[in-house]
Formats: sequence, structure tokens, C-alpha cells
Amino acid sequence: MAAGATYFPIATTTLGSNSATIEFTSISGSYTDIVLILSAKASGGNMDAWIQFNGDTGTNYSMTTLRANGSTVTSDFYTSLNYGYGDLSGYINTSNFNVEIIQFMNYSNTTTYKTFLSRASTAGNGLDAIVNLWRSTAAITSIKLSGSQTYASGTTATLYGIEYA
Amino acid sequence: MPLITTLAGASARGYGGLVTFGGGTSYESIATVTVGSGGSSSIDFTSIPSGYQHLQIRGILRTTETGATYDGNLVRMRFNGDTGSNYTMHSVVGYGTGYFADAAANVAYMEFARTAINGNGSSMFAVAVADILDYKDTNKFKTMRTLSGTDLNGGGRVYLSSNLWRSTSAITDIKIYPSSTFSFVQYTKFGLFGIKGA
Repeated sequence: MAAGATYFPIATTTLGSNSATIEFTSISGSYTDIVLILSAKASGGNMDAWIQFNGDTGTNYSMTTLRANGSTVTSDFYTSLNYGYGDLSGYINTSNFNVEIIQFMNYSNTTTYKTFLSRASTAGNGLDAIVNLWRSTAAITSIKLSGSQTYASGTTATLYGIEYA
Repeated sequence: MPLITTLAGASARGYGGLVTFGGGTSYESIATVTVGSGGSSSIDFTSIPSGYQHLQIRGILRTTETGATYDGNLVRMRFNGDTGSNYTMHSVVGYGTGYFADAAANVAYMEFARTAINGNGSSMFAVAVADILDYKDTNKFKTMRTLSGTDLNGGGRVYLSSNLWRSTSAITDIKIYPSSTFSFVQYTKFGLFGIKGA
């Protein structure tokens, strides 16, 4: 078995002021999976992290959730969305930084649709396990995070690359 | 040509910090299995080296099942060829219109993932990540946690499980296989990774 070091940090963005979007562009196809770790706080009100690839704003996204808010467990699904979601019950608020770890598997293959997993948690709000689908066989070359509000200063987003042996 | 560029929104442009890195050494790719056009009834990682603290398995998967039975979308796992009733599992499944929890003791397998199947729309694959902690520790039973899911643009499954192998043996072999008589289809792909300790 060949072994090799991987799970490389590719880039980190730390917001120095509020921003409506965070975007990773020109993503190399050198890896098999990429992982996005987001620590976010909102400015202006509560928000979810919306995720789009390659500038695709069409209704090509969908998701199934399993989530809880401290009193209720919910599993629901949403079809033909304009973006995927990093969180729902573990939404981003103006008080505490949340945590989202999003796994984009086989992001650069051109055969399959892209399925990606998110685990999100926010103290005082709730937590999520979300599976998203982007109905495209295109390789992911850019990731755009947005939302109904703006990301607050101090929000960090780090992208890692994992290469299979 | 940079490997990647990042761009914060207009209001942050010029103020956002950007750090790029060279790479780490504590997380290593050990082996990869990609299923070819003929399909495969199982994925086997054998002779796993002992030079790590923990293991992680990642991948995309789909099976030949065409129906949608409970067992039909279940993918199982065994360690070291142990087919005895030495495993225990707990899980919770969200299926889009509800959820359920499950448990089983003294069973002959672990539950690794809920998978996409040929009965789903084309090009749809499930994804899974599993963490196996202290896999070589001969003083501990072995615990594995998993997160997997598949979305079909009309429902899907999110699946979390915790599994116990009641053995103190070091894990040297891992078998991943679909339930019943199904097989993995082409493009199914699993990677085995090792995480070093200090």
C-alpha cells in the first residue's frame, strides 16, 4: 500500500469587515475531496450559509436534512433549490460563531452528480446533518458562500484538499 | 498560477486576510479502491499498516439494488474477517419526511452507510465518512462513527451511526459490502486514510 501525506490546507479567508459573500475560485482539480470549515457569525440578523458552485444560480440543488433545535428533531427535504445549504437549525446568528464542516466528495470528477455533506452546530440554536446534491457532472472549480444577511467580521473559512492514494 | 484564489465580498475586499499553506504530514492516504465497469461485491482494505493512531474511510458509493427496501440501501462493514456476532450498532436516519433510530446488539456486521442505488436517478451517488479510533490499541474494543447520505432531489437519507467491535485485536483488514446480494457499481470509490498520533 502506498501512503502519502495529504489533507492540505489550501486557503483561508478571514473577514476583516462584514461581507455578503465568501468565494473560493480557481480551485485546482489536484485533489479527490475538498473540505470546507466555516466559523461564521452574522451581521444584520440570522442567516443560513448558502452554497453555489461554478456560478450556477439555477434550480439544480436539493437537500435532505436531519436536524434538532433543542426541543424538536426534524428530517425534511427540499427540491430544485437555487443553492445548497450548510446549515438550517444550526443557523448563523449575530451572537456566537457557529461551526460548519462541509465535505465535498469527488468534486472534480465529471461522471457523477456532486453530493456533499454538512455538519453544522450553533450554541443556542441547534445542529444539522445535511446531505446536498448538485445535479451537475461538471468539476467544481469555484465555491460561493452567501446568505440572506451578511457574514460578520471575524468569520473564517478554510478550504482543505484531500488526495487519495 | 495560484492553486486557488479566494475572494470575499466587495465590502471585505482589501480587508479580508488570506493565508495559503504548504501542506501537512499527519494525515496520510493509505490506499484507494475504485470499482471498475464490472462492479464489485465488496471493497477490501488488507494489511493495514500500524503506523497511525486513527483511521478514516471516505468515499462515494452506489449499488446495483433497484428497489428501495430498508436493507437494500444499507452498506455493512467487518474487521479482520470476523463474521461472529461481535458487533453492536446504534444509528439514526433522517429520510426527508421523518426519522427513526435503530440499534442492534450481538450482530455479525457493522452499519457503515446508507447508499444510493441503481433504482435512483442516474449519476446520483451517496457519500460517506467513517472514523475508526485507536484501531491498533490492543487494550480497547474498537468504536467507529459514520456520517453518510444521499439526496435524490425529492427526498433522500441522512445517516449517522456508532458501531462497536468487541475485540481488542488491532484492525488489519476492513471489508465494506452491500447488504443482500447487491454489488457496488462502477465509479464507487473508497479511500483509507491514517491519522498519526504525537
